[in-house]
Amino acid sequence: MPKTMFDKIWAAHEVADSLLYIDLHLVHEVTSPQAFESLRLAGRKVRRPDRTLATADHNVPTDGSTAAAQIHDHLSRVQVETLERNAQEFGVPIYSIGSARQGIVHVIGPELGVTQPGMTIVCGDSHTSTHGAFGALAFGIGTSEVEHVLATQTLQQRKPKSMRIRYEGELGYGVTAKDLILGTIGRIGVAGGVGHVIEYAGPAIESLSMEGRMTVCNMTIEGGGRAGMIAPDDTTFEWVEGREAAPAALPADDWRALRTDDGAEFDSEMTIDAAALSPQVTWGTTPGMVTDVTSAVPEPRDEGEQRALEYMALDAGTPMQEIRLDRVFIGSCTNSRIGDLREAAEVVRGRRVASSVDAMVVPGSAQVKEEAEAEGLDEVFRAAGFDWRSAGCSMCLGMNPDIAAPGERVASTSNRNFEGRQGRGARSHLVSPKMAAAAAIEGHFVDIRGWE
Amino acid sequence: MEPVRIVEGEVSVLDRANVDTDQIIPKQFLKRVERTGFGEFLFYDWAKEEGWHLPANPILATGPNFGSGSSREHAPWALEDYGFRAIVAPSFADIFFNNCTKIGLLPVVLPEADVKELMAAGHARIDLEEQEVSFAGRQVPFEIDAEIARRLLEGLDDIGVTLQQADGIDRYEAERERGGPVTTALA
Repeated sequence: MPKTMFDKIWAAHEVADSLLYIDLHLVHEVTSPQAFESLRLAGRKVRRPDRTLATADHNVPTDGSTAAAQIHDHLSRVQVETLERNAQEFGVPIYSIGSARQGIVHVIGPELGVTQPGMTIVCGDSHTSTHGAFGALAFGIGTSEVEHVLATQTLQQRKPKSMRIRYEGELGYGVTAKDLILGTIGRIGVAGGVGHVIEYAGPAIESLSMEGRMTVCNMTIEGGGRAGMIAPDDTTFEWVEGREAAPAALPADDWRALRTDDGAEFDSEMTIDAAALSPQVTWGTTPGMVTDVTSAVPEPRDEGEQRALEYMALDAGTPMQEIRLDRVFIGSCTNSRIGDLREAAEVVRGRRVASSVDAMVVPGSAQVKEEAEAEGLDEVFRAAGFDWRSAGCSMCLGMNPDIAAPGERVASTSNRNFEGRQGRGARSHLVSPKMAAAAAIEGHFVDIRGWE
Repeated sequence: MEPVRIVEGEVSVLDRANVDTDQIIPKQFLKRVERTGFGEFLFYDWAKEEGWHLPANPILATGPNFGSGSSREHAPWALEDYGFRAIVAPSFADIFFNNCTKIGLLPVVLPEADVKELMAAGHARIDLEEQEVSFAGRQVPFEIDAEIARRLLEGLDDIGVTLQQADGIDRYEAERERGGPVTTALA
């Protein structure tokens, strides 16, 4: 019987009914301390430290601090130090603040080559769906489940349903992976994928770079999906090849065999015309409240949308391109990889950030930062007036000093525009790196396609 | 985990859709390394709104897609610490739902119309064993995964249950474990 990629990976990892073996467990400082503490109290060990990897990202200041001791905020410092102590005690490899390999957990996994096709990958973080871009089954878990994986290397899990979204046609000029996923969430809604593992397919997906595929899978959770997946192909293999943890000879045939068989059935399928997508900008307080940059703020259809417009201080009918910005944030596990930074740098090269805008670029990892600096991207950004920072989650969620002030309006390449996400009372608009870069220059949103 | 069978009492109402975990427990409170003490920060920003009224009753009734967003178990911890024992909604976000069941906070899915009626009723009795919610003189059945229900009813420790299958995990690792990256071997 023909099988989906999800079916194949699931079956290969089923230890028993609804007990799934986990190939890689990524750990960060926010969702792990209570799990390690419970292990300690129960006298349990980490079953497979060699399948576990830790890094510090959420609390890390992006000011170039090189040790946890330099973190001013007491609670943040304790949380990072706790992770460091737990990793040492339980024998888990860790790249903490100051390491040349530190970075956002969903950036460093692929970057080191520990994210590979066919694997099961979990982390106490909803954006673990990112790793599905490699043809892996990857999803976020809570702290009790983190403890369960640490202790048993397995997860109790009912098999989710499957969905395939096919994109017909190619993305137009200036339209990126971020616009594709925002446009998709706008169509299916923020609960459209609940209970489902979503496979993204079609020519528009196949022609995306690995960075673009990671952006798409990353935001699967914003559509409610359990995990996002993309079939591994030559683009995948080229990306993995030569990375530190990659096999010396790639098992390309095995990886290719993971692809969904012709005729395999999904619980649901839908098709989206990729060629019809425009650059997207969110206007509300969920990622599903999104529209074309050429459109206007819509009339609220219910109480939730009305509330969102009030929070965002926007009037229905205002053209999106007239929305003026106070801040621009380029970074996060959605859009902080070298390809994202290159795209943004191309837009700002030789230009200046509007005087009314405070703009920052936060590379996703220490390695991305190093690579960008070797290419001179830091100089491009600095010359344009951007603040060039060190790696971390930064203003995606304000657990570190990078926080927007109440009432400030932010164009952000991150994944969530929830109330207060980037700072209490801050108003977030999600966009692609190119769109964020152009908005920084003009001080308001512009349609990147016609902007020069 | 304490066994859960009956949750009965007054109903608190939060009639909003897509309530995300950033509202349930904002990010600045995720820095604690303990599991306890999150209740006082529940809905920290919303609680400052005029007219906010969310008493610490046993049951919370709310809108669809409750708990969307991050995987933070701090959200169920905060709801539980605040005093809720069960949450009734038309739908839940996946990770949040799982997290609730791991700590014995009972998530109950009912059709939206029934949730609205339950909100109006103000008092309810949830019987997990019978899979039934009683309010305003009605009994409304609900579905829940049998294994999840069993664990909640018996108050089982998930890790303990899995470790009963330790031989199976050993066998999987010996016979079927996929070759793959070895994190401890990274130079």
